Parts: sequence; structure tokens; C-alpha cells
Amino acid sequence: MERTCAVRMVNITKTFGHVTANKSITLEINRGEILALLGENGSGKTTLMNMLSGIYYPDSGEIYVDGKKVSIRSPKDAYALKIGMIHQHYKLIDVFTAAENIVLGQKTEKSLAKKQIAAKIKEICDKYGFDVDPDQKVFNMSISQKQTLEIVKVLYRGADILILDEPTSVLTPQETEKLFGVIRRMRDHGHAIVIITHKLHEVLAVSDRVAILRKGEFVGSIKTSEATELSLTEMMVGHKVELQIERPTPVNPIKRLEVRNLTVVNPDGLKALDNVSFDLYSGEILGIAGIAGCGQKELLEAIAGLVRTEPGSRIIYYAPGEEHVEKSLIGKSPKEIKNLGIVLSFVPEDRLGMGLVGSMGLTGNMMLKSYDENGRIFMERRSPRKLAEEIKSQLDISTPSLNTPVRRLSGGNVQKVLVGREISASPSVLMTAYAVRGLDINTSYAIYRLLNEQKKKGVALIYVGEDLDVLLALCDRILVLSAGRVTGILDGRRATKEEVGLLMTTVEGMKAGVSEKEGTHS
Amino acid sequence: MTLDSLISWINSAVIFGTVIMFGSVGEILTEKSGNLNLGVPGVMYLGGVASIAGAHFYENYTDDPNKVICLIIALISGIIASALGGLIYSFLTITLRANQNVTGLTLTIFGSGMANFFGGSLNKLSGGVGQISVLTTSAAFRTKIPWVSSAFGRISEIFFNYNWMVYLAIIITIAADYFLYKTRTGLNLRAIGENPATADAAGIDVARYKYLATCTGCAISGLGGIFYVMCYIKGTWENSGTIEALGWLAVALVIFTMWRPINAIWGSYLFGACFWLNIYMPSSISQYISTILRVKQITHLQNIYKMLPYVVTIIVLIIVSLRNKKENQGPAALGLSYFREER
Repeated sequence: MERTCAVRMVNITKTFGHVTANKSITLEINRGEILALLGENGSGKTTLMNMLSGIYYPDSGEIYVDGKKVSIRSPKDAYALKIGMIHQHYKLIDVFTAAENIVLGQKTEKSLAKKQIAAKIKEICDKYGFDVDPDQKVFNMSISQKQTLEIVKVLYRGADILILDEPTSVLTPQETEKLFGVIRRMRDHGHAIVIITHKLHEVLAVSDRVAILRKGEFVGSIKTSEATELSLTEMMVGHKVELQIERPTPVNPIKRLEVRNLTVVNPDGLKALDNVSFDLYSGEILGIAGIAGCGQKELLEAIAGLVRTEPGSRIIYYAPGEEHVEKSLIGKSPKEIKNLGIVLSFVPEDRLGMGLVGSMGLTGNMMLKSYDENGRIFMERRSPRKLAEEIKSQLDISTPSLNTPVRRLSGGNVQKVLVGREISASPSVLMTAYAVRGLDINTSYAIYRLLNEQKKKGVALIYVGEDLDVLLALCDRILVLSAGRVTGILDGRRATKEEVGLLMTTVEGMKAGVSEKEGTHS
Repeated sequence: MTLDSLISWINSAVIFGTVIMFGSVGEILTEKSGNLNLGVPGVMYLGGVASIAGAHFYENYTDDPNKVICLIIALISGIIASALGGLIYSFLTITLRANQNVTGLTLTIFGSGMANFFGGSLNKLSGGVGQISVLTTSAAFRTKIPWVSSAFGRISEIFFNYNWMVYLAIIITIAADYFLYKTRTGLNLRAIGENPATADAAGIDVARYKYLATCTGCAISGLGGIFYVMCYIKGTWENSGTIEALGWLAVALVIFTMWRPINAIWGSYLFGACFWLNIYMPSSISQYISTILRVKQITHLQNIYKMLPYVVTIIVLIIVSLRNKKENQGPAALGLSYFREER
């Protein structure tokens, strides 16, 4: 089949507030070709494709479909141009049947002609090798059945440009193989296919061409046949940026935390963490690297006692001064763990949601941690206010008053409030996640400084981060998670960005280029 | 219990049930679009007072009021007033994305205040005994179907001995059920109530559907108010809280029906039967119950009887949540405002 250009996006730019998600991106999507859109989390892949599917509208730039300039303002417009997107979070209605979901929003006829719909669904299924029961309710379906339904839904609407957002993230290897078969068949029928992914082996397995995005910018596109895991990783993570972050050598490290065979199962029944083992020492910063959603959150929450661990998991804590006593954290309540001096600050994605109460002032937020310490009936506000004042002056938090609701403060100040409060309890283990997300350079450095101060005091720190350059500059050791498994623990001083990047995308059973050649550090 | 009193009980239950059937079918339509409108009592108030005001002015305007024009004026003014109530609610919750619970409760307070103010004023204006009365209109509303209402003896007494609004309620209910479960538009509407983001992605105009469903739903609920004023209290007005009580019963009935309009037909009659239990319950049974419950006076039992519709609703809720069937739950996105770019 001849490869004609289906979609051309020219100089597309999209910003959200002050964040530029896509910066002047030019991309071509061809018919009869599978294009893999590769990039780390937050590199702008989904945003770019959402502009094709009508969810977002570009700030500037042009989109051409079949050579004609178009304006896609809503999902309806996208369907009219035969563009269909299968979102990461399925857009299906649980209590409807497969057929009802498929015809939803269609304007063809008023009544629900069940037989005709079923016939048309069967025709599509036979053509591409799907298996869909039109009368099955969605809530009775497995995840892969739901995905199949999404694809059939898009095809039913006549789409021949299909975008799949992280289609394999929830599938088993067998289901993934099946999906790839279907995708190849659709390509052979002349459809244009885009797969958004960050998994290198999938890119190499299924795509014809790879386009790489990094931090909202288009890095380049190459033929898959000419690409290797290493070359793709390099394009994906970019060259190392030297950061001037202080990294004091750990002094007299003593084992604080011993994690063995930690397994956590998420509500969907999938293993969020699989047999994770590592040690944490005092006076060091242990970085956790990984694609978003690889188990970082569960790891921190398991240590903090917020999620249930599977039998066989062990988390042993050695308190300062009583290093010979093994204290198991499994089965302890979050409060007991907190009282042992293990604190969790910066909860992923939503620092206001879980860490602070947005409508309360500084004083009120300090009280959240000490509400049960003094007084039985009436609140005791004096000591929290004192603490709030201390933190405010020490960390240089700019707020009109101690009673100004924290949600009115800037992101950096909110982070400082959170970390200040956690540090004030003089913890022995401090866990942080995405501590500098959304912060400007100066505030980020202020946070790094705070963490380093704790490190010098002999606190054991866990730092979950997303920027590899920062992880490599700040952390003493870097633990790499991939799909809930530890794929390597590297020395932060010697590891390279490519090494970490490759380990992040390694999946058990797939050949991991660098880690096997060089072995694991630590 | 004699057959006569049984039939009389059924008749009372049907008349009572019709008020809340209108109220709850309108609310089901609204809730299926994801709008939890707690303003049903207010909307019924608005419909009721507007219809009697319209009828009153027409009957006073002419010496020889025409029954058909009476009907049309009362219906149109009542429907428009209640739909306007729905429009206020829609504008606040859909366009301005205000909290649905607060908006709904406010609408109830607003509706009852408006209605009691104007209704009370009409009563004052009419002079005489201090109560307004629209005889011609009420008579037009209480017209029974000729011939069948008496042709079949007992059968007619049970099934056909009602005014035409009773049958209109059944027709609207069946039509609403057919619309929701058998048409494309109904499918789209239900999709919005379940998951507006999905519906939006499928190319459905979420805001338009919500507006239309809420205003239409309110108009239907308003018919309940009209029916109450014109048939239940026979074309008069009283400043009492009865409409509000009936409105809440209609909201309870929505849950009782598991959001299926078709269930509202028997559900509303069942509620009506429970409501009149205190009058039609044979005294021997009441005596027996009062001994068990150690109630000193039988008359005190009627308050217990009046609780029954709510008790039944709670029992239904418990049973449904125990069975945990996904189809029987309320719309998943009920009570949530939808904003496309918030994700």
C-alpha cells in the first residue's frame, strides 16, 4: 500500500497557564503506517494527540488532513475527519451494553435498531479479528475487552486515522501481542495508526516509524528499522544537563530501613509493586526513578502504612540509637509509623489534596499534625502558631499572614510549608515525592538545600523525582522502578542518564541492554 | 373491610399517587441527565400557583368562561412557571456550575415562598370566605372519561373512575420510559448522567441535553402541582406545606423506582395507598397494632402510617445496595457539574 500523508501538524504550540506542553511541533502521520510517538511522561505526547481528537485546541499552528487545512474544535469535528482516539482512560459507560456504547452520540437513526447495529459490529469484528459481544454490559468486561470495544467503537464511526494512548499499559503480554496483531491488520487495510508509548521494546516490535518528543519539543523521527534501544533512549532523555546541586558525601551511614520482597496489589488486582527489596541508610538520599505510575506512590505509601502489603513483604525499621532492634512496620497504623519518626511529605500529584488543607492558614495546617497532642476538648493554637512563625521565617515563606489560606500561596511556598512541617517533627526517615514539580529554578534549589540540610543531620531520605538530571545530581543512590519491579540500583555519582533511562523502560523478560553489560552498581 | 371501602381506598390512592407520579417522572428525566434537582417541591408549587392564578384571572375576566380555554390557560401558565423554575436551576448549575444540592434546596424555598405569597394574596383578593376558587377550571380538570367511567360497574369504579389527568400521568410515564430506554436521544441522555466526559467525547452536546432535560422534567413535575391544585384540592388554594411534603415524597419515589419511570406507576399508587392507610385500615388491625406497639390512642397510629412511604423507600435502598446490581444504581454522575477542560 502506498504511504500517503494523512495528517500534517505544522508548528503546533499549546500552553496551559505558564507551562508549555507543546512547543512548535511539526509532525506527519501517514496512511498504511504505524507511527510510535515516544517520550517520557510529561513530554507532551498526549496533549499533542488530544489536539487531533478535539479535546484541546492549539494556541497556534496548523493542522492539515489529507492536504486540507482543518480546524478541530470538538470530538465531533475529529470524527467527521475520520480521526478516532482511544484514550488511556476508557471513555465507556459502565451500565451500557457494548452496542449501546458503540452507537452513543451517533445521529444516523432515531430508534435503536439492535439487529442492524449488531450486524455492523460483527462485520467490523470479522474484518480485523476482534471479538465483541454486542449485548455484554461494560462492567462485566475485562480490561482488554474494554479496549477492544473502544477500538471497535472508533472503527464503527468510520475512523481511519487511529490514535492509541498508552494502549498496553494495562494489558498482559499475551493481550499486548493480540493487540499488536490487530494494529498491524488495521495498518494493512490502509489506516493511519499512532501509538503513544514510552516502552521502547513495543516501539521496536510494532511501529514502522518513531517520532520522539522531549519536554514538549519535537526531537526528530526515524524509521524503526534504523533505530536501536540505545539510540531511542538517547533521543528520549537527551544529553546530560549539568546542575549545580550540592551533594555532600554521606557521613557514617547506618541502616535505617530494610525493605524485602515488598509486594502491593492495587484495587484492579494488578501488582503495583512486585518483590521490591532495598536498604535505606542514614545520611543519604535515595532517589527513585521511573516512569509515572510504576509503583513510586505505592512504595512510599507502603512504608508510611497507607496501603496494605501482601503476605511475605517485610519492612524493618532501625531506630536511631537502637540499631540492634528490628521494628517491623508491617501492620502498624500510619500514626504509629509517623510516631516512629518516618514521615511522608509531598504526596504525588496533589500536594494540597493530601498534605495540606487549602482553605486553612499556616497555623491550621500545622495543627493537622499535632491536633491530638495538647488539650482534650479545646484546640490549643499557641504552639502551632509558634511553629508556623518559625517555619515562615526560616524557610522564607511569603504569605500575607499566618491565617491566609494556603491555597492562595504560590506553588513554591506551599511546598515549603509542607516540607517545613514535616521536618519540624525531626524525622529519622523523610520521604518526598515530586518535591519540585511545578516550581521555578530558585525555589527548586531552596528545596534541594532543605533536603541536603536534613541529610547532613543524618536523616535518611527517599526522593521520588521525575527529572533525571536532578536525580543524578542530588541523589547518592538511584533505585529504578519499572512496572513495579526494581530494575537496578545505581550509584548516583557514576550512573549515566542513558543507563537510568534504559532501566526505566526495561520490562522483565525483555533484554535490557546496558544493565546486563555493566552490571548493577551500588 | 367492605368492597366499597376497598375501592374507595384504591381511588384515593390513585388520586394521591398521580400527584407524585408527575413529580417523580419529571425528576427522573432531570436526574438521568446528571442533575440532582432537589427543587421539585418548589417547582410543583410554582406550577400549582401559576395555574390557579391564570385560571382565576381568566374566569374573572369573562362572565362565561369556556372550559377548554380554562384548561389551556391553566396548563400553559403552570407549565411555563415550572419550566422557568427549571431554567433558573439549569442556568445556575449547568452554566455557572453552582452546587446542585444548594441550588435545588434554594429553588424549593423560593418556589414555596413565591407560591404562598401569591396564593395567599389571591385568597385575600377573592374576598368572601378568604379562599379563591376556580370552579369552571377545576371542573374541566376533573372531567372524567364519558361512558367508560360508569359502563362496567365495579371495573369502571376501580379503573376508569378518574379524571383525564390521571391517565395523562400514566401516558407521560410510559412515554418517558420509552424515550429513555428505546430511543437514541434517550440513550444519549442517559450517557450524560452516567459519564458526561464520555458523552462529550462521543459528540453529544452535554449542556444542551442537560438544559432540555431539566426544563422538560420540571414542566412535568409542575403538572403534579397543577393536578394537586385543580383536582386534589378542587381548584382552591391554601397556604399549607402539603405541596412541599408531596414534593419530597416524589423525590423519594425517584429512588424507589430505581430511576425507571415505568416503576413510578405502581410505586406512586403504593405510596398513595400507604398514605391513606390510617383511614382505610380496618380498626381491628389498627387496634392489634396499637397493642403491640403500646400506642395508647389509635389516632396516634396515623403518624406511623404516614411514615410508611419513607420506610419503604429505605427498605428498597437497603435491598438494592445488598444486591449490588450495577443497573439499578442511580446515574453515576448524578449531582456533579461537568466542565470539559477540568480533568
